[in-house]
Amino acid sequence: MSDQEPVPALHVRGLARSYRLPSGPVHAVRGLDLTVPRGEILGFLGPNGAGKTTTQRMLATLLPPTAGQARVAGRDLVRDPAGVRARIGYVAQAGGLDPGCGVREELVTQGRLHRMPRAAARARAGELAAELGLTALLDRPTGALSGGQRRRVEIALGLVNRPEVLFLDEPTTGLDPGSRAGLWELIRRIRRDLGTTVFLTTHYLDEADALCDRVVVIDGGRAVAEGSPAQLRSRYAPADSAGTLQDAFLALTGRGPTEKPLAV
Amino acid sequence: MTTTAHPAPAPTRIPRLPADTAVVFGRCLRATLRSRTNLLFGMLQPLLFLTFFGPLLTRLDLGADGSPWQTFVPGILVQLALLGGSFVGLGLIVDRNLGVVDRMRATPVAPLALLLGRTLRDVVQLVAQSVLLVLLGFAFGLRAPLPGVLAGLAFVAVLSGALAALSYGLAARLRTPPEFAAVANTGVIPLMLLSGLLLPMSLAPGWLDGLSRAVPFRYTVDAVREVFRGHYAAGTVGLGAAVTLALAALCLAAATRLFTRAGRG
Repeated sequence: MSDQEPVPALHVRGLARSYRLPSGPVHAVRGLDLTVPRGEILGFLGPNGAGKTTTQRMLATLLPPTAGQARVAGRDLVRDPAGVRARIGYVAQAGGLDPGCGVREELVTQGRLHRMPRAAARARAGELAAELGLTALLDRPTGALSGGQRRRVEIALGLVNRPEVLFLDEPTTGLDPGSRAGLWELIRRIRRDLGTTVFLTTHYLDEADALCDRVVVIDGGRAVAEGSPAQLRSRYAPADSAGTLQDAFLALTGRGPTEKPLAV
Repeated sequence: MTTTAHPAPAPTRIPRLPADTAVVFGRCLRATLRSRTNLLFGMLQPLLFLTFFGPLLTRLDLGADGSPWQTFVPGILVQLALLGGSFVGLGLIVDRNLGVVDRMRATPVAPLALLLGRTLRDVVQLVAQSVLLVLLGFAFGLRAPLPGVLAGLAFVAVLSGALAALSYGLAARLRTPPEFAAVANTGVIPLMLLSGLLLPMSLAPGWLDGLSRAVPFRYTVDAVREVFRGHYAAGTVGLGAAVTLALAALCLAAATRLFTRAGRG
């Protein structure tokens, strides 16, 4: 689709979100500009509290921006939130599974929430389960699954409507190395086979390095750098360092090893 | 993987809000049926009152015609709606912390359906529990005409819907279960005492009776007591219906506002 569709998957200008607290205003995101072409895997990299989740929640229509504009999958975020919702998948860090609910029921209900007729929702659930290796788990309650299996179910829920843009908020946090590698492979496969644009947040540098075409480093609610992992390494890693993405990241966010905020 | 493009799901001619509400209702109802312990514990309190408090009244003159059970069982039903309805918001907070609410809000489903579907489930659950309580009341000696019982259940349905919706609206604005429980308890217990659920306010001294007239549930329970005695044309019934419906409209409007604007503050 990406070759027929010149409209970028995400077009964000001046996006901002501030909160009013008794102690004064808090600027979680300050004037973010971002253009993401169709079919890209974009990594949003930043320390805790940088504004990654707030940005994703705004782009997924869950939180209204206090300033700025965005078009998501060609639809205006503010004027046509329903149009955006029909074209995105959103997988929050919390995941969104009811531990008592079975995998099949979660998948079918998600299809129904996307207003698929009952039979179509059932068929889609079976299809997704087959593609994501969940068929044997369909009748298990989600609470009985391993962390890696649960993540797959959550991503399957995000894919029910064949989204143009898939938002993943820290998709591999808390997973063991094997599950992480499996999930990376799944994300690559989603992009390759479906042409889906994937916008993921992470604070794992190896994840950004291994998975993302392009990385935007966000700190204090602002994008402080962007480029491919290789570009970031060569541009920002200090000359006296090992030249890893981590060195680039630490230089960019100004966080030395003594106050290293990341679980790298 | 399927190589299908990204068609929006087939457009349907079904009106969206009712269809969306039905989907959310179905999901919530299945969750309720899965947790049988929950169903039982929700009924435990009214059941205890019915069993261990009701029989104390059998030899008392409650200042009305009919048996004391015709006064007491309606009170227990309204108590169930009041307690059962007010605390359903806890479930929303749990779902929100699991990410379930955001996951559903990021789909095209009508936001209001997420409130109405849940509320409808609570109405069904509380009416089903009320039916069980009435049947048990009959075993204890309650006698009431069937149309009266049905009318009483209709009052319970409207009241539980109003309170459940309001409870969700409140929960949408509060962060943690303890915070919610504190607010709900503070509101519910005085209102319950002041509405004369366990004993009718006709027994109360003037000041308490006067105070209770400011509490809407009093009019509901008085009306349910009348219909349980077979008095359908009494002014109390009309007043009770009017107050209950007005309360429901108010609660629903407030809940819609609180619920659909949550996350914007």
